[in-house]
Amino acid sequence: MGRLLEIRNLCVSFDTARGPFRAVDGVDLSVDEREVLAIVGESGSGKSVGMLAVMGLLPATATVTADVMRFDGKDLLSLSVQDRRKIIGRDISMIFQEPIASLNPCFTVGFQLAEVLTAHMGMTGAQARARSVELLAQVGIPDPEARLSAYPHQMSGGQCQRVMIAMAIACTPRLLIADEPTTALDVTIQKQILDLILQLQQDHGMGLIMITHDMGVVAETADRVVVQYRGKKMEEADVLSLFENPQHPYTRALLSALPENAKGDRLPTVGEMMGASQ
Amino acid sequence: MTSASTPVIEGRALTRDYLTGGGFFGRAKSVRALKGISFRVEQGKTLAIVGESGCGKSTLARIITLIDPASGGELLLDGVPVDVGRGAPTREMRRKVQIVFQNPYGSLNPRQKVGDMLMEQLYLNTDHTAAERRGEARAMLEKVGLKPEHFNRYPHMFSGGQRQRLAIARALMVRPKLLVLDEPVSALDLSVQAQVLNLLADLQDEFGLTYVFISHDLSVVKYIADEVMVMFKGEVVEYGPRDQVFGAPAHDYTRTLFAATPRADVESIRARLARKRAA
Repeated sequence: MGRLLEIRNLCVSFDTARGPFRAVDGVDLSVDEREVLAIVGESGSGKSVGMLAVMGLLPATATVTADVMRFDGKDLLSLSVQDRRKIIGRDISMIFQEPIASLNPCFTVGFQLAEVLTAHMGMTGAQARARSVELLAQVGIPDPEARLSAYPHQMSGGQCQRVMIAMAIACTPRLLIADEPTTALDVTIQKQILDLILQLQQDHGMGLIMITHDMGVVAETADRVVVQYRGKKMEEADVLSLFENPQHPYTRALLSALPENAKGDRLPTVGEMMGASQ
Repeated sequence: MTSASTPVIEGRALTRDYLTGGGFFGRAKSVRALKGISFRVEQGKTLAIVGESGCGKSTLARIITLIDPASGGELLLDGVPVDVGRGAPTREMRRKVQIVFQNPYGSLNPRQKVGDMLMEQLYLNTDHTAAERRGEARAMLEKVGLKPEHFNRYPHMFSGGQRQRLAIARALMVRPKLLVLDEPVSALDLSVQAQVLNLLADLQDEFGLTYVFISHDLSVVKYIADEVMVMFKGEVVEYGPRDQVFGAPAHDYTRTLFAATPRADVESIRARLARKRAA
């Protein structure tokens, strides 16, 4: 198994009126080919920001530093903007949380899919159209030919997320980053989407980074887990040891706050277990 | 707990139709969002309503909260029939039922100070004097785990969990008997969710509150509910005590829901990893 992504000592800070705010503070990460890494944390833990920094999608107010940020042997930090764009969206792609908000409401689904293919793969319009139909069929959208001319608002949330997945895998990326891909969806749809992502990951041998706050999703998808809290990495372990024998107090607190692990009639809260006021 | 004979809320074959379309030429079509829902909740108990988007659970919440009228059937509050369609319910009726919405960012007025928001409830629904209103609002802030100095702050100065506490405080100001909670914790982080669920349990013990708890999260439902009602496409497909519904689900849809819910226990993870290795 080759190492796909390697990050060492990643820091991201934002300039604010009250001085710099450090959202990610010295995080080390690595993902191998064919591996599913889950990054788990609550809001404000810096789990999305860290990955947006890898994608180069942060606004200009953000300062990104790292000792190492290497994708497939290439140093992402020293690449020119043009060279980096060739990687982003093609070799590394991302699925976002809100499928309906991430698609452009003014264009048809077919147009948006074809745009990815013409931009990154240099396909002609006809080739892109044919490949789009193939992709929609692959992500399980019925009657893909006809759906190409549908606008995002004409589709359900689950179907929009399928379209987003189709766009993300359009160029057969080596690494897929899924940022809370199922948070806005119903549980039965969530299961379908997770199964689909994992199936595609297996079929294409992709590396997958699953960003989530849901311990259930972690348990159902991950090989290895990184737990983040307030911008710092708390713990890293393979999925079984994390659930069986969590080392860090924060991980233990998160697991015991799950309602299904409730003992007695009150839930322990993270604040009490960390001994800090929230 | 008081007598078990009269339930706090009872629905008998409630239906609700929505009209869609129908313009100058077209005829309006009616969609039946609720197809005859019956239920009863005793005082101090929690009924959880589970279902996915579009199953009619929020429509039902609006009917129970006396916001929308039912198209058919009967709703009894404390044994007294109420029909919002025939005329506005009395202040007494309104005081008995309150609702907490899902999104604490959207359900609080950003231009109203927290204290004013709480006092407005009493201003509209009771004959309290200004001093009494102020006193009760301060006391309620403490009940839900906030501080007196929060009284003059605006909603944007609070975190998501604190805002949901505020929404609960607002609902409790008029001392309702029944609280309808429409996905109250699904927008919150896990640790904050635990705090809010604990708060709800504390308040239920203290005030003998009855809850109708709407959720799509089965692990939360299993934790909080006494009785569970599973809805699918406007119909009740399963209704019974929690242990019965979770222990021996009778309907296919309930089983589908359970199967789709991610499991976070060690045995399930072992099984999944074993399957993966075999594949």
